[in-house]
Amino acid sequence: MVVLDYGSGNVRSAVRMLERVGADVELTADRERALAADGLLVPGVGNFHACVDGLRAVDGEYLVEMRLAGGRPVLGICVGMQVMFETSTEPSASGPREGLGQWPGVVDRLPAQVVPHMGWNTVDVPAGSALFAGVEDERFYFVHSFAAQDWTLQPTPPFDAVAPLVTYAEHGARFVAAVENGPLWATQFHPEKSGDAGARLLRNWLDVL
Amino acid sequence: MPVATRVIPCLDVDAGRVVKGVNFENLRDAGDPVALARRYGEQGADELTFLDVTASSGDRETTYDVVRRTAEEVFIPLTVGGGVRTVADVDRLLRSGADKVGVNTAAIARPEFIDEVADRFGAQVLVLSADVRRCRPDGPPTDSGFEVTTHGGRRGTGLDALAWCAEAARRGAGEILLNSMDADGTKAGFDAELIAAVRALVDVPIIASGGAGAVEHFPPAVAAGADAVLAASVFHFGDLTIGQVKDALAAAGHAVRRSRATAAPAH
Repeated sequence: MVVLDYGSGNVRSAVRMLERVGADVELTADRERALAADGLLVPGVGNFHACVDGLRAVDGEYLVEMRLAGGRPVLGICVGMQVMFETSTEPSASGPREGLGQWPGVVDRLPAQVVPHMGWNTVDVPAGSALFAGVEDERFYFVHSFAAQDWTLQPTPPFDAVAPLVTYAEHGARFVAAVENGPLWATQFHPEKSGDAGARLLRNWLDVL
Repeated sequence: MPVATRVIPCLDVDAGRVVKGVNFENLRDAGDPVALARRYGEQGADELTFLDVTASSGDRETTYDVVRRTAEEVFIPLTVGGGVRTVADVDRLLRSGADKVGVNTAAIARPEFIDEVADRFGAQVLVLSADVRRCRPDGPPTDSGFEVTTHGGRRGTGLDALAWCAEAARRGAGEILLNSMDADGTKAGFDAELIAAVRALVDVPIIASGGAGAVEHFPPAVAAGADAVLAASVFHFGDLTIGQVKDALAAAGHAVRRSRATAAPAH
């Protein structure tokens, strides 16, 4: 398992939580190791533009692209999920950034009375989710002001055999809380900060690798 | 159900040991922070806050060590405040395993510090900690009648507390830890008037602090506008459990987190 090391912030917790559920984990930005790992976790703390810049500085776009092309699992967390969309409306003094564009859509500010959305919220899990198996009714820890609020990717033949599974949550509006789409999975919340429920969720990811 | 009201135990840490006294004076030793953090995690705490009250800078290394050891085994959000003065301090705490950093005096001295931290790490890491009291008759008045204090509430600044909270949120604070120095240590209830006044001005989450003494004190703080409730001594000395506080909040109609998940076994 590789946790992609591309900037500041607390990534120790993700490493430790993966270790706790039995993974052999390395925190690195090394290309070869990130490409070869059974699973690549893309964390993301802070601003959209800072994460995109940090990812590009370690060739993260190429790493994600190459892994997904080969069907090798990638899990994005928080802003590490947001960067998989086309772009974000989060203000940036140095202008907007393009995301990795793995999924269509724009990450937008939550229209809620209290923002950031900070704390433990429920999720609306679709039938058949492997990521949430056994923790469908748990609360998970969110910290974010922006989120993808529309899921527009509808697979067309011959790629429609396995449709993306989209989990929603609500804060001011419904937003995308998690996605299971082929080898690319992501959560807007922080499983590594979601106690035993988060541990089980990460274990579920390891189990499909 | 909406996002759950967070129940947060606060551990005052001095040179690696937990302490808490009435009005921050007459400190009493209440144990090992890592062991306490683990126990609170098991009890269902939604977050943990460490307030570093270490006076001597030479002893501050132990704080980073406590943060590191806590983050190794407790998988809920951890906020660390106290003595945070520079962007480098914030960076080091985050790298040690803190998720959020509480900033107090340094932001009063230089409000741009808030912008700098938010720009570098994102607004969600910065908790603006405000120690607030009603203006004293012998001190300078403020427009709102509330002033910001420093030195654990012993020193007034003449800064209008409501205007300060609004400014901090505008500059990029992701959350406000609102500590009522009038209520702190009284165990007579949270300062609902102060909470409601700040709620009317800011749209970032508010953590209510100061005055908790019984379970019935918690729901009025949430009704006044708090998104989270923080307490120290009532938890440390076993007067209340996290579960009892959540029961009281739930009975009053507020959403709380109750996890039934069990830790996944390592393969």
